[in-house]
Amino acid sequence: MADLIWVYGEVVDEKITPTTLEMLTKASEAGTAEAILLGPAPEDAVSTLAQYGASKVYRSADAIFRDYVTLPALDVVAGMIKQYSPAVMLFASSYAGRDLAAGLSARLDCGAISDVGDFVLKDGSVEATIPALGGSYQNTSTLVSSGTKILLVRPKSFEPKPCPQTAAVEEIPSPSDPAIRKAHMADRVTVKPEGPQLEGSSVVISGGRGLKSAEHFEMLRQLAELLGGAVGATRAAVDAGWVPYAMQVGQTGKTVKPNLYIACGISGAVQHLAGMKSSKTIIAVNKDPEAPIFQFADLGVVGDVFQVLPQLIEEIKKRKSR
Amino acid sequence: MNVIVCAKVIPASSVTIEIDPAAKCMVRKGVPHELDPAAASALEEGLRLVEKHGGTVTMLTMGIGDATVGIRNALAMGATSAIHLFDDALAGSDTLGTAKALAAAIKKEPFDLVICASEASDSYSGIVPGQIAELLGIVPLTFAKEITVDGKKIKIKRQSETGYDVVETELPALVSVTSGINEPRYPQLKGIMAAKKKEIKKYTAADLGLGPDQVGASGAREKVLTVGRPPARQAGKKITDEGEGGKQIADFLAELKII
Repeated sequence: MADLIWVYGEVVDEKITPTTLEMLTKASEAGTAEAILLGPAPEDAVSTLAQYGASKVYRSADAIFRDYVTLPALDVVAGMIKQYSPAVMLFASSYAGRDLAAGLSARLDCGAISDVGDFVLKDGSVEATIPALGGSYQNTSTLVSSGTKILLVRPKSFEPKPCPQTAAVEEIPSPSDPAIRKAHMADRVTVKPEGPQLEGSSVVISGGRGLKSAEHFEMLRQLAELLGGAVGATRAAVDAGWVPYAMQVGQTGKTVKPNLYIACGISGAVQHLAGMKSSKTIIAVNKDPEAPIFQFADLGVVGDVFQVLPQLIEEIKKRKSR
Repeated sequence: MNVIVCAKVIPASSVTIEIDPAAKCMVRKGVPHELDPAAASALEEGLRLVEKHGGTVTMLTMGIGDATVGIRNALAMGATSAIHLFDDALAGSDTLGTAKALAAAIKKEPFDLVICASEASDSYSGIVPGQIAELLGIVPLTFAKEITVDGKKIKIKRQSETGYDVVETELPALVSVTSGINEPRYPQLKGIMAAKKKEIKKYTAADLGLGPDQVGASGAREKVLTVGRPPARQAGKKITDEGEGGKQIADFLAELKII
């Protein structure tokens, strides 16, 4: 019998997240994929999960999962794991995913593997591939605890492919323990970043510490506009307050995989590499010839971003007007 | 209020971290260490809360002898005292083993609030805070970009995919903070001098009541099987800008038919 693999489904911005679908695709290739979907979700959510390989969807639309953070979902999923013991349970490396995997790994005393890029299942044991230290290493890990293996999966690790199933829907009874109503979601604030979004953009122009100020990101916006791309940033630039967090590319930000990635004034810290290393073509401009980013660049230009970028922008304008 | 800050001391940012293929863990011994900048932000948040509401800040770390430099730094920044979980029996712990050790040490102290970094800047697993909260049976408020305490009530702005959520609970609680939450202070000479007199408690695994089935390499639920390097990316071209760098990039983009 095929191994049972559960995927924790997430909804962001009224849509099932891409990582949920990526994980479902992998799960349905490696075994029997089933999904858990908790809280209010768009009408087509269940059919989307089925479309990407879920043969069963455990579902509760109870608002408690939206109005109280982590604890209600933790309680319900822990109970379900004990009842059904799937071979593997996959969570996205998202805010909700990490909290649930953390709580479950402690409550069930089973541990968890973070930052999984791929995995294989053999005779009930799991072997996960982890691109460690920003991808400078590629390690494999296993969980030696018995029972369900909990994996936190990196976004964009798998290609989502439709694999339509007729999903049976099983309603989950609402949790009633008052102790789970503790972390109350009082408000949800949307901060819309300006300009095109990083996700799905085929060109990404990112800036790091070397840009020195918020104003200098304007140069990147110009270049992005010319190339039809989006602007990203390193954690250093975000922490400095130059750009909003929504623009952060890296292990703690977004993972991007564009056709073209231009890294401007970025040294290539592990944190950043983790989020962009799989880009098809990487161009880097940095003053320091020893910067680690050059090891990953298809074209590396050792030079001053304030010289090179304006020239590049002018050059593209010139060639476009020809 | 009594705040405990879990703070990791990690190889200095100037060091390229390597993994020992035999031991299958990061090379830490003999490498210069520093207080993880992410942990410094967690500590800064604890110090600010206590400056406003009164109380103590205890810095808690688990690590080798080299961690002392980071402990001294935390004390110099203003932590009231420190606890160092220092024992070869703890080496090789996975995230859950680490969380068990930290939680066991926290249980020995009176506390209202535990603050952690969302993830350490060396390993980035990002699940230890949630594990500690679960082991302590307290509410995890994670990925905070702002903390407000009012009596027994605590409220955070929690980073979300689309902005932030306002989440509230009552103390005791655990908060993990994002690295941009504040600009950690630099230790001043007075603080550095005062730090020398501050208490550093040391605990072993046995002091914490944790055996080899719970912590250390033997207690780890996650075992590293192989340590390897990914397939090398084909080496690219590296040029030095001699006034034509921008044009050369444009040529390259034209070759790729992007422009």
